Amino acid sequence: MGVIHVEGVSKIYNPDKIPVTALQGVSLTIEAGEFTAIVGPSGSGKTTLLNVIGGLDRPTSGRVAVGGHEITGLSDNELIDFRKEHIGFVFQAYNLIPVLTARENVSFVMLLQNRPAAEREARTQELLAAVGLEDQIDKRPAELSGGQQQRVAVARALAPKPAFILADEPTANLDSHSASNLLDIMARLNEEEGVTFLFSTHDQRVIDRARRVITLVDGAIARDEYRS
Amino acid sequence: MLVQLAWRNIWRNRRRTLITTASILFAVLFATFMESLQKGAWNNTINNVVNFYVGYAQIHLEGYWDERSLDLAFSGEEVTNLARKAPGVQAVVPRLESYALASTGNNTLVATVIGIDPELEDGMTHLSGRLIAGKYLTPEDQTVLLAAGAAKQLELGVGDTLLLIGQGYHGVNAAGKYPITGIVEFATPELNKSMVCLPLVEAQWLYGADGLVTSLALQLPNQRAIQPALHYLDQQLPDETYEVMDWKAMMPDLLEAKALDSAGNIIVYCILYLIIGFGIFGTILMMIKEREYEFGVLIAIGMRRWRLAMVVWLEIIFLGLLGAMAGILCSTPLVYYFRVNPLRFSGDYASALEKFGFEPIFPTEFRLGIFLTQALVVLAITIVLGLFPFRKLKQLEPVAAMRS
Repeated sequence: MGVIHVEGVSKIYNPDKIPVTALQGVSLTIEAGEFTAIVGPSGSGKTTLLNVIGGLDRPTSGRVAVGGHEITGLSDNELIDFRKEHIGFVFQAYNLIPVLTARENVSFVMLLQNRPAAEREARTQELLAAVGLEDQIDKRPAELSGGQQQRVAVARALAPKPAFILADEPTANLDSHSASNLLDIMARLNEEEGVTFLFSTHDQRVIDRARRVITLVDGAIARDEYRS
Repeated sequence: MLVQLAWRNIWRNRRRTLITTASILFAVLFATFMESLQKGAWNNTINNVVNFYVGYAQIHLEGYWDERSLDLAFSGEEVTNLARKAPGVQAVVPRLESYALASTGNNTLVATVIGIDPELEDGMTHLSGRLIAGKYLTPEDQTVLLAAGAAKQLELGVGDTLLLIGQGYHGVNAAGKYPITGIVEFATPELNKSMVCLPLVEAQWLYGADGLVTSLALQLPNQRAIQPALHYLDQQLPDETYEVMDWKAMMPDLLEAKALDSAGNIIVYCILYLIIGFGIFGTILMMIKEREYEFGVLIAIGMRRWRLAMVVWLEIIFLGLLGAMAGILCSTPLVYYFRVNPLRFSGDYASALEKFGFEPIFPTEFRLGIFLTQALVVLAITIVLGLFPFRKLKQLEPVAAMRS
């Protein structure tokens, strides 16, 4: 069994009014250490699939298991705790907490996990160094560039030692240099530390780096290709 | 870090925080000043009546206070000796009080005539300090002190003669002609319009009540000394013969009027706090609405809803605390200033106040309790309103929030 196992997942919004089918019968398995991109035109269901895998949205039918644990039947609080312990998120708009410094943003998730202060501090330093921001740790998001903010977001996503990272259009707001830099960091973390990345993206630069590309069309998997 | 996060969050929108804080500040300032002024005015009135006339407590024959009849006068010697032994009693001040028609030429008025022991009376009510003309009484004088308002109405001054005509003890005629030895200014308009003081012996002669008094006022150091003294006297004096009353029992109308006035103010406070409450609620709504996306993200990355709501609640509490503390800081010097320099009314408004028995001087009451009460009310409002985010965040869908 892989890190993520999706089986026959469908998602229909407004089932009682004007139904909109976002996903239909999607099944896939993501293995540990994958660097996978989910691609497809706008409205094809990429973000919905990521949300369902991440436990942010519940499927209308089908099941999702992460690390062997089925998450589709979990309560709201159980899902929140599950996300906190097992999933790292990187969003298109960085979504750092604006009043916290880079160090505090990274440390925040570990605080939610009630990790000891010394452990939080050590891991924060380690992660910010890994994304090349060891000299920016006390800056707030507004004092950082878009690329730097997204690198802090990656460090934050890695902080709880998640089973995998879900990245929704992580390079969409970045210039070429920043995007390339970010992808280098993610690729290195994937290769050297075995971190599993699952992207939803339109960005060709991300697609070019991915070792597996899943193409969604109208909520269904149209193609699933592995690259060497 | 959650407290730190909440504190920093309120400064994300500095202008809104300052506006909200300022609105709370002005509510606390206004309410504190209003309550201080209202309590100060009432306490001043009560103080004037209690300290300068009635005293903290009095002993009468049973039923005297209701009837105010001279026929209920009594020989005070034995009771005075007993009252002196009561805990806290510093002096027992005898009085013979009745009414008379005060007249001179074509001018007349109904006077409250009070026979006093000049020395004991001065020790309790500092009457000599209220002299504005002439000199104070001695026990042997056959002269009177006249209240300033009465003197004005009768167009009399020091050295003029006042005629008193009335009914004495058990219906005897009471008539006397007295030179005015001094004019005294009473703070209470009611007293100032009608009071005539003469030495006790002379009053007893005037009313044919030799050796009798209508009341024994007890000089006590403070309010706290009232109950022990009353308790002692209740045990020592025969129930059916004497009544021992504190100032609250003697002046229920004054207390009722104060309570009624306070109730009126509570309505004003409620309206004020309702307005402030809506202001704070508006801020809360804006705080939640503009950060919906961020809340969605925080829930997505694993922050439980109650914990997030706690942060927002803390932000609201900080706003309330800041406003309340600023309100106390600003109102303290203001209230203190008007304590030292009371508002003094003049003209028609002063006359209107005097008609209702108020001295037209409103000093503020400077008491920590007033500041704290108002600040705590505002804080309580913010605490209750701060619960709203709990409900809102419970319903928040992270995906929908992040889509907003």
